[in-house]
Amino acid sequence: MAKKESTFVSMLATLFVVTLVAAGLLGSVYALTKEPIRLAELKKKNEAIQVVVPGFDNEPSTEVERLFMDGDSIFLYTARKGEEVLGTAVETFTNEGFSGEIKLMVGFDPQGAIIDIAVVSHAETPGLGDKMEKGKGDFSLQFMGKDPNTFNLAVKKDRGDVDAITASTITSRAYCDAVKRAHRAWNEVQ
Amino acid sequence: MNQWKNFTKGFIRENAVFALFLGLCPTLGVTTSAINGLAMGLATTFVLVMSNLVVSLIKSLIPDKVRIPSFIVIIATFVTVVELVMKGYVPALFDALGLFIPLIVVNCLVLGRAEAFASKNSIWSSLVDGMGMGLGFTMALTVLGAVRELLGSGAFFGLKLISGDALLLFILPPGAFIALGYLIVLANMIKEKTA
Repeated sequence: MAKKESTFVSMLATLFVVTLVAAGLLGSVYALTKEPIRLAELKKKNEAIQVVVPGFDNEPSTEVERLFMDGDSIFLYTARKGEEVLGTAVETFTNEGFSGEIKLMVGFDPQGAIIDIAVVSHAETPGLGDKMEKGKGDFSLQFMGKDPNTFNLAVKKDRGDVDAITASTITSRAYCDAVKRAHRAWNEVQ
Repeated sequence: MNQWKNFTKGFIRENAVFALFLGLCPTLGVTTSAINGLAMGLATTFVLVMSNLVVSLIKSLIPDKVRIPSFIVIIATFVTVVELVMKGYVPALFDALGLFIPLIVVNCLVLGRAEAFASKNSIWSSLVDGMGMGLGFTMALTVLGAVRELLGSGAFFGLKLISGDALLLFILPPGAFIALGYLIVLANMIKEKTA
C-alpha cells in the first residue's frame, strides 16, 4: 500500500484519531485500575500504622487530621482500642534525603514518646542509606521509647543523641529531620 | 525474512545494550539488583512489542510528516498502561522501579525500533523483532543486575550468599559503568567467536 500523502487535512485527521484512541484506551485502563491502586496504597499505609502503633481496633486511616508544614502536608492518624487512645501515627516527610524525598510513619504514645518508626517510601542507596529501614539495620531501633523533648533528634556529629548509619550521615540527618517534623506536628494538634 | 534470525539478533549481534548502546539510562539506573533489571526489561519488552505491533499495523495510514508524534503517542499510551497496572497490582515493584517506568517513553530503543523497523516491515516481522529486541534488553539488564547485586551486596536474586557488606561500589552509579564496560567486552568476545 502506498504511503498516505502529508497534506494539512490528512495530518490533522491522523493525529486527531491517534490521540483520540489513545485517550479512550487510557481512560478505560485508568477506570479499571483506580480501585486496585487505591486499595494497594491504603494497605501499605495501614501496614505502616500497624507497625508504629500496634494493637488498635479502629480504622486509623479514617480518623485523619491534615496539617500543612514546610510546603507539604503531614497526616496524623489516631489509633484507638475501644475508647482508649493508643497513640498517633504521623506520616511525615523530609526533602533532605540523599536521593530526594523520604516518607516515614512515626508512632507517638499519648505522652509524646516515640513508639516505633517505619519507612513508607524512599529512594536512598541500596546497601547504604536503606539501612534506615527496619530489618535492614539497627538504626531505627534507637528511637524506640524515646521522648523527643529529652532525646536530641540530631546525629552525634551535630551534637545530637542519634548514632548515624555508617557512611550515610546525610540519610541519617534526613531521617532525624523527618522525625522532628513529625514531633512538631504532633505537638501542634495536642 | 528468516524469523529465527530476526528474533535472535536482539540477544548478542544487535543487542540494544551491548551492541547498539540504546536505552542506557534505565540500564544503568535500575540494575542495582537482578530482579529490578528483569522487571524493567519485561516492562520495556511489553511496550516494545505492543508499539511495534500497532505501528506496523497502521504504518500505511500515517502521513510521513506526523509519524514521529504519532509513534510517541502510541508508545506513551502503552507506557502509561504498564504504569497503572503495576501500581495497582504489584506496588512493591512499582516502588522499586519508580521514576524509570514513565521514562520508558523516552527510551530510544522503543522509538528506534518503531521508526527503523516496524514502520518498514510486516506485522509478523515487527512482532518478532519487538520480542527479540525486548528479551535481549531484558537479558542484558538481568545479567548486569545480577553481577552488580552479586558483587555489591553479596546476594543473587535477593538471596543473601554472604553476610554483611560486599563491594558497595558496584551498587553505586560508578559500579554500573564498570560492570557494563566488562560485560560489553564479554559480549564482543562472544560476537567475534560466532561471527
